[in-house]
Amino acid sequence: MSSPSTLISARRGERVSAFVVKWGFIAVTVALILYFVITLPNFRTVDNVFGMLKFVAPTAIAGLGVALAMTVGGIDLSVGASAGFAVSVAAWTMVIGNQVGGVAVIVVLIGGLAIGGLNALLVVVARVPDLLATLTTMFVIVGLKLLIVDGKSISSNMSLADGTTAPGKFTADFLALDRGSVGPIPIPVIILAALTLLMWVLLERTRWGRALFAVGANVEAARLAGIRVQLYRTLAYMGCGLLASIAGLLLAARIGQGDVSAGNSLLLDAMAVALVGVSVLGIGRPNAWGTLLGAVLIAVMTTGFTMAGLPYYAQDFGKGIVLLVAMLFSFTLSRKRTVLTAGSTSAS
Amino acid sequence: MSIPEVTTSPATGDSEGGGRQVASLAGVPEVVSLTGLSVAFGSNLVLRDVTLAFRPGEITALLGANGAGKSTMIKALSGANPRYQGTIAIDGTTVHLSSPVQAKARGISTVHQKVADGIVPGLSVAENVTLDDLASAARHPLRSRRAALTNARAALATLGIDWPDSVLVRDAADLSISDAQLLILARALRGTPRLLILDEPTSALTASEADRLFGVLRALRTNGLSIVYVSHRFGEIEALADRVVVLRDGVVKSDTVRPFEWHEILHDMLGRATNLEHPHAITQRGSEVVARVTGATLLPESAPLSLAVRGGEVLGILGLIGAGKSELAELLAGLRKAPAGTLELAGAPYAPKRPSDALRAGVVLVPEDRQRQSVLPGWSLIQNISLPYLRETSVFGMLVRSRETERAETVIASLDVVTKGAEASIDDLSGGNQQKVVVGRWLSAGPKLAILDEPFRGVDIAARREIGARLGTLATSGAAAIVLSSDVDEILEVADRIIVLVAGEIVLDVYSDQTNREALVAAFLAARSGSGADSGSHIGADASSDGDAATATDSERGPRGTDAPVFPTDFPEA
Repeated sequence: MSSPSTLISARRGERVSAFVVKWGFIAVTVALILYFVITLPNFRTVDNVFGMLKFVAPTAIAGLGVALAMTVGGIDLSVGASAGFAVSVAAWTMVIGNQVGGVAVIVVLIGGLAIGGLNALLVVVARVPDLLATLTTMFVIVGLKLLIVDGKSISSNMSLADGTTAPGKFTADFLALDRGSVGPIPIPVIILAALTLLMWVLLERTRWGRALFAVGANVEAARLAGIRVQLYRTLAYMGCGLLASIAGLLLAARIGQGDVSAGNSLLLDAMAVALVGVSVLGIGRPNAWGTLLGAVLIAVMTTGFTMAGLPYYAQDFGKGIVLLVAMLFSFTLSRKRTVLTAGSTSAS
Repeated sequence: MSIPEVTTSPATGDSEGGGRQVASLAGVPEVVSLTGLSVAFGSNLVLRDVTLAFRPGEITALLGANGAGKSTMIKALSGANPRYQGTIAIDGTTVHLSSPVQAKARGISTVHQKVADGIVPGLSVAENVTLDDLASAARHPLRSRRAALTNARAALATLGIDWPDSVLVRDAADLSISDAQLLILARALRGTPRLLILDEPTSALTASEADRLFGVLRALRTNGLSIVYVSHRFGEIEALADRVVVLRDGVVKSDTVRPFEWHEILHDMLGRATNLEHPHAITQRGSEVVARVTGATLLPESAPLSLAVRGGEVLGILGLIGAGKSELAELLAGLRKAPAGTLELAGAPYAPKRPSDALRAGVVLVPEDRQRQSVLPGWSLIQNISLPYLRETSVFGMLVRSRETERAETVIASLDVVTKGAEASIDDLSGGNQQKVVVGRWLSAGPKLAILDEPFRGVDIAARREIGARLGTLATSGAAAIVLSSDVDEILEVADRIIVLVAGEIVLDVYSDQTNREALVAAFLAARSGSGADSGSHIGADASSDGDAATATDSERGPRGTDAPVFPTDFPEA
């Protein structure tokens, strides 16, 4: 047993680390924003603020999907592939299938649910470990995408193998998903805000969200409490697939063609923002606003570094460092947080 | 190499103090001695100040109920848990056992309970026998097939086993479970250990396989090996052991040599200290049957069990590990299906497929393992309590915080949970208060039938009393409560009606004012000598002196083997 004085100083140390865990990440974000606001005149324009949010919307939405899978204690490595699949499927439906944008959206969303269902089938029913199952799904989806589009990027009015021109094109209403705006607010930002709000309500305010977290916190206790554990795990994966496909829709509208390489880099960014979400404010579990904050941080860094003239190839390193710090906050330092809570209990 | 009488550790000077130590082999130098051995997990002292000595040529049976500290002691002795306090001396020399490899090198060899965990599938039989060579830095880094075969043959020969090479090169995963057990034993005996620890070695063996093992163990004893034998099977111990050590709540309750006083041993194992005893004041007799089990087979080889659970009384079901207690609880709570038999609830057929079905029908289960099966770590009391009632606490799916809080406050008040408040994290509560939260959570459903599986494990007396009182209130309201425990005194304290369960069958069914401790303990013993109790059928062969008793109890129990429901009234008034 330690003497009282060492206990007190230990407790003070724990308080400091708890403070760092809770506010460190936000402090880093705010400091970065302040730095860019002061040094870069272009950074502080309204256009740039919305531009950044619009730019990061697909990442943030896919991140919300990863966060949803994480609530039940799972992980989904196929979000990037799902989004890329969505890009190509949307393009194929409109350009080759000659359908309007609305049909493309519906086809893509159904595809997203199906991919989530496949993940759930593997993880929940076939009991393949989530990491391996979703990694496999990732390969399957990327491969399927390439088969559907013959390995080519699909663009409006492209010429086909038989010499004819493709019947359809990216319709204006579909492109408006990216280019449209309500007042000054771009549509992707509105979609992101709506989904974040929806996710927050679902996870923090509804009984379904509580059940999802219960499955993640203690599967056995949740099952014994009458929660349909397998159902919730399935729904979480399907929701993740759906969100990934929405991210893909926004990417497709932004690019304006079925770029086969779209979505390739999305997985790591989505994973990063979801993990930042777990670590901010010392919450210690996946959540909507934290995920959004993580996405904002990535947007600020990418935009700021670009404006500051930092080469694009240096940006991954920056992101990596930020993610590393987030991991330290959520897994290393926050372990002391529980000690602090116990200490404050006895103190009060 | 050392003189055992002169101990090198000053702490061993006051060893062997206290307790009912009877040294049969007094004067024979000890192989391994423990002095003041304590192990703590967090603030929980699981093993307290254990002082024991093991002599060559002696089989020591280690007995104790669940959580008594047996595995903790074995882990310390086998090097698996180096974080122990006190001293362990081998041949009089104090050593610190820091790893299983080191413990084995020092002469302490352990065979763990799960046979499958001791076999590396994909490696051959010979490689499995010589597995320790792979972990040893001293050996040649290149594996030689021939050396493995030669070494394996030599090791197996110590057990008198002569397997042909065609067997030795086969995948060890293909071995039958008893052959695998022998393989592990052969491996444990390589390097001629001084002390061999066997943790429930017969749990997966058939009668004849166990007999073969006993023959081997007796031969090893003759050769001077000291053996620690952990088992719940009294018949085996009667047949095999020279000495019985009973652990309870982390301390040595007794340490006796032959002839074994099984009454005493069971008392030591199951009973609480008498000053903690708190007899059930008034025995309630229920009337209306709330739940009925008909012809259910709890264990693969047990006879069908029938049972009527009445409202208005607390039913205590007493049984050791493996008696079928948890199986019965899980059957009623929709966690498992019995291979045979039917259930009824309030007169209607009842076939829960999953826990939510049971919950809807008004059957709740407080499961055995609080941390693994009940508690949501890091969650507030409110969130822990409301988990089964999310539907009732929400409107159109939106959780209503006031309803959640109200339910939590009610639970906290009804069981006097000691906490800073309903918002506090459950992690901050003591074990007893956590258990009160869990019990209160389930009883707040207003159940028709509440099942509590080992609800008092790791729970202090005050919490136990409060939970007991709450159960009494529940029964008074007409509901039925079942408490399952391996502790006689807990059951006597809380139950109106008491059933003793052995090997999946009811051996006694009485009201608490018609019985006493002795009668309950005797029920265990009668059953033990009968079917071999939870020990399987092979005990009779070894404990031949119990043969007569066996036939007697079997015939007594005969009618109960039929599907006729067992009512408490079947029993003569005391």
